[in-house]
Amino acid sequence: MGIDLPLVWIIIIGFGLMMYVIMDGFDLGIGILFPFVYGREDRDVMINSVAPVWDGNETWLVLGGAALLAVFPLAYAVILSALYLPLMLMLAGLIWRGVAFEFRFKADESHKTFWDKAFIWGSYIATFSQGLVLGAFISGFKVEGGAYAGGLLDWLTPFSLFTGVGLVVAYALLGATWLVMKTEGHLQQRMRRLGRPITLVVLATIVIVSLWTPFAHPDIATRWFALPNLFYFAPVPLLVLLATWGLLKSLGTEGHAAPFLLSLGLLFLGYTGLAISLWPNIIPPAISIWEAAAPPQSMGFTLVGALFIIPFILIYTAWSYYVFRGKVKAGEGYH
Amino acid sequence: MFGLTALELARIQFGFTISFHIIFPAITIGLASYLAVLEGLWLRKKDTVYRDLYQFWSKIFAVNFAMGVVSGLVMAYQFGTNWSYFSSFAGSITGPLLAYEVLTAFFLEAGFLGVMLFGWNRVGPGLHFFATLMVAIGTLISATWILASNSWMQTPQGFEVVNNVVVPVNWFEVIFNPSFPYRLAHMTVAAFLATALFVGASGAWHLLRGNDNPCVRKMFSMAMWMVLIVSPIQIFIGDLHGLNTLKYQPAKIAAMEGHWRNEPGAGAPLILFGWPDMEAEKTRYKVEIPRLGSLILTHSLDGQYQGLSEFPREDRPDATIVFWSFRIMVGLGMLMLLLGVWSVWLRWRRNLFAPSGFLRFATWMGPSGLVALLAGWFTTEIGRQPWLVYGVMRTADGVSNHSALALSTTLIVFIVMYFAVFGTGVSYMLKLVAKGPGESGDASPSDDPGQARRPARPLSAAPDDIDPALNQGG
Ligand code: HDD
Ligand code: HEM
Ligand code: HEM
Repeated sequence: MGIDLPLVWIIIIGFGLMMYVIMDGFDLGIGILFPFVYGREDRDVMINSVAPVWDGNETWLVLGGAALLAVFPLAYAVILSALYLPLMLMLAGLIWRGVAFEFRFKADESHKTFWDKAFIWGSYIATFSQGLVLGAFISGFKVEGGAYAGGLLDWLTPFSLFTGVGLVVAYALLGATWLVMKTEGHLQQRMRRLGRPITLVVLATIVIVSLWTPFAHPDIATRWFALPNLFYFAPVPLLVLLATWGLLKSLGTEGHAAPFLLSLGLLFLGYTGLAISLWPNIIPPAISIWEAAAPPQSMGFTLVGALFIIPFILIYTAWSYYVFRGKVKAGEGYH
Repeated sequence: MFGLTALELARIQFGFTISFHIIFPAITIGLASYLAVLEGLWLRKKDTVYRDLYQFWSKIFAVNFAMGVVSGLVMAYQFGTNWSYFSSFAGSITGPLLAYEVLTAFFLEAGFLGVMLFGWNRVGPGLHFFATLMVAIGTLISATWILASNSWMQTPQGFEVVNNVVVPVNWFEVIFNPSFPYRLAHMTVAAFLATALFVGASGAWHLLRGNDNPCVRKMFSMAMWMVLIVSPIQIFIGDLHGLNTLKYQPAKIAAMEGHWRNEPGAGAPLILFGWPDMEAEKTRYKVEIPRLGSLILTHSLDGQYQGLSEFPREDRPDATIVFWSFRIMVGLGMLMLLLGVWSVWLRWRRNLFAPSGFLRFATWMGPSGLVALLAGWFTTEIGRQPWLVYGVMRTADGVSNHSALALSTTLIVFIVMYFAVFGTGVSYMLKLVAKGPGESGDASPSDDPGQARRPARPLSAAPDDIDPALNQGG
């Protein structure tokens, strides 16, 4: 067969993961921003703005897990068992916030605040654990004889704690700019004001991770700073600065969709930087996508479906966003 | 914890989380199809009873669906976290099947759900009906893929093992493995039955409290027709399923029947009740009907089938559990048949809706579908032990290397959290049921502009203001 199946697949999985980060990112971000908004009505508007879509957003996470199992079973087995605790924590967070979405409207007065808290805590815990997972993934896993050989708490490092906090801030940015797009009036103003410091913190996080990673991993440093590469990769940091500048500017002016699009761009650049650092490993630091690949029969069989079906998924997902387009107004939601 | 090994804890954790999960999909599968039927009838007959029932059940559906989603998310990750050796060994088969499920079913359900639940005034009736159909079809596609995967683990074929990894050779054989058609039919029908019994019990409960209106009557009558038609079908499929299992997993059947050894030349009895003793290799205190076991399983009076003693000890599933879980399922199946037959008799006497022992029976049978379904899964899965992939990989070889401490901690967290979260959700569903369809409470969308204009979200289809009288408990 002529096609490099693992290569095609890592692109698809990368795409799916990015869809997840972007889409569930803004709705987790809503939960992260919740403590900064007090009014009951404003909180209802915030929730209603992601109401039609959060289930579909989370499905990308399921696709990520399933596709990894299908085409890189070794990576699925090693990474998931190595990250047992943070993943369980993530699932717990997602369960609480998933049901809190609904229960906070259904509970009688005395329990409403409980479900608000569940929504907030669920969102923070889910996001923070995803950040832990990210940090641990960059740092790599100890593998012997085709299985994870490290300890239960290997993922717990200063670096992963830092990426955990970093992801919380990044999702907060997506959430804030999403709300700038979907709301109006004083809630929108509040998000514009919150957006600017958050943007600066996100920039700082990106800078710190970009310095910390090569510093801790010499091979990543050589990849970035060896000579021809430096020129190829230089646009990434430059574009990051450009996007930040645009973001700060559009938050201050009348931009509605621009801040959201620019923060998507910013996260996409961060994601690209990461891909450059880790390529071509699926289990850092040493196991490549070709070594961890499933038999070609599995990759090929699944690829046919993926290429045929993903376009349809994108079409009807876009359609459902279209059905529920426009600004969400106060009073339109629950009474 | 309690001196359990890491393997046992991992199994309990998986069994616990999936048992919770399957309750919600079963109701999702049944209700989605029921809603599609209701909407179809509404569009054809323009009788508002159907529209009101649609509105009523779609709210309960929404709450149930969200719980199915979050509990399912856990399942998709547990293969890797808890069964990593199984995943790296057989992920090349279970992975693609799961990936197809996500691509063809989960996205379809999620994509059309918003429109189904909230688009009533945003899209035309035809498009809305289309969305409902897509959700219903999505749930059935989902069941198909996941059951192909599970059935492959029960009766694997179409693969070879190369370098200690499963390599699929023939995908058609993998998917259409010997037990798949039976399991798919049996499970789908189980979901329909469980839903019909739930809907029927809701109707019966309202009728018993004197809350008699056309909506309540309609849903109760529809549910009773469903039980009447579907329960004999289920028993028939179950019988075929058992014959299939006898062929491919004889140790499981021996355990289910509590059958240890054959008497030379004589047919095996059907043991109705008893206590299979794994140590002593016999079934104590048994009440049996001579030769009936042979008649059911071999369709002859003196046919024989392998007893559990003929299998090496390390290959025997736990007969004590399987024997009883099987009887619970079959016993409840018989009661369902009784319910259906009783209902036509009362219909013929024109007395179906009057308060009676029958209505109380129908109310009590509400959870029986779900109990039978769980009992069925316990039979299937525990009967498969000690194999994870039958005859190919043992459960003990598939489990991740976590310590008993780590597993007990997460298990306790799961148990506490599931009961708190899903307990609340189920109580919420029951409150919605108690509110009742039609005149007694539920408003149609045109009467409630706030509700209709609100943007969609799976769960927010449920109304906000539950009758305060019902709220006292929560
Ligand atoms: C017979 C049917 C059936 C069975 C045996 C299972 N499921 Fe399930 N599952 C469904 C039928 C279903 C469903 C009806 O399609 C659900 C229920 C609610 C929903 O959203 O879809 C669902 C939801 C659901 C979700 C959430 C999907 C979403 O985000 O929309 C996941 C990730 C899983 N399941 C995964 C699993 C795994 C890994 C299973 C096996 C161990 C499993 N399910 C058993
Ligand atoms: C949905 C209904 C299901 C229920 C209620 C159920 C129930 C159970 C139970 C009780 C166990 C523990 C058995 C034991 O260890 O004694 C178990 C194990 C297991 N089941 Fe199922 N199961 C279901 C579906 C599935 C499906 C669809 C799959 C695969 C896709 C599956 C795969 C497994 C695996 C991997 C284990 C762990 C290994 C083992 O203990 O055998 N199950 N299940
Ligand atoms: C009354 C007659 C019934 C018979 C003879 C019967 C037979 C069986 C058998 C033999 C199995 C085990 C399959 C295996 O070996 O893996 C099974 C499993 C199962 N049963 Fe039943 N059954 C009956 C009724 C029911 C009812 C009423 C329900 C639920 C409403 C139900 C739900 C299930 C489920 C969910 C499973 C596990 C999935 C599967 O393997 O198909 N059964 N049944």
